[in-house]
Amino acid sequence: MSPFLFWTFALLTLIFGAAVVVNRNPVASALSLVVSFLGLAALFMSLDAFFVGIIQVLVYAGAVMVLFLFIIMLLNLQAEERRRINWLAAAGGTGVAVALLVQICFVIGHFQAAQQTFPPLASSTTDDVRNIGTALFSNYNLPFQIVGVLVLVATIGVVLLSKREPR
Amino acid sequence: MITLGDYLLVSGILFSIGFAGVMLRRNLIVILMSLELMLNAANLSLVAFSRFRLDPSGLPNYNAQVFVFFIITVAAAEIAVGLAILVALFRARQTTDVKDISSLKF
Repeated sequence: MSPFLFWTFALLTLIFGAAVVVNRNPVASALSLVVSFLGLAALFMSLDAFFVGIIQVLVYAGAVMVLFLFIIMLLNLQAEERRRINWLAAAGGTGVAVALLVQICFVIGHFQAAQQTFPPLASSTTDDVRNIGTALFSNYNLPFQIVGVLVLVATIGVVLLSKREPR
Repeated sequence: MITLGDYLLVSGILFSIGFAGVMLRRNLIVILMSLELMLNAANLSLVAFSRFRLDPSGLPNYNAQVFVFFIITVAAAEIAVGLAILVALFRARQTTDVKDISSLKF
């Protein structure tokens, strides 16, 4: 991928990711999150992970965001009223996040492999849906079944949690 | 040329943004969205490493992509349960603000 496209999508992801945190209106946050996920899907595809990119668009930008918007509309949330910001707490939270970022940058700067470019693939077509499917149903068959049970349990739990109790 | 470090840097910045959102925001829905940002940052570095360390056959390392698949599945289940808890909480308390839910039992 050309550096121009990489930085375009990286900036798109990061700017709209920051907009999720900064926006006061939850609907605006959710819509910024969709754009951020789409930029991330483009980054996945630039790494030749087409299946993961498609799943990112379908599951995150589609299903999960519909769920978020549905809940925001259901609860009828408005933009937060302007409370007086506790500057000390805000500075503390920002400080911890910045400290984490500085540590990550330090580690990446001292990581030898981080200065290398990506090696070329053996062939231009990766056929990754079939390869991931093969790995999923051979080496990772047991975790795959367990995840299926997990999703079933989550479905039942959601129905139970959101059921109104009879009075 | 784009190096592995560039992808790791983007992933690190995205994780920090999500972390700052969890620390700074008081709306529970926005906190859940920030959690999603952090999970996605982890996915980005997994996929970058999968492309960087090729198999002997010259294909990307698909173990990492299977891992990303599992993370996406578990995250979707987690968000569904989290939002259901949020709805139950809103019915009981009419609020989604973490400042108003500071007691352990009510």
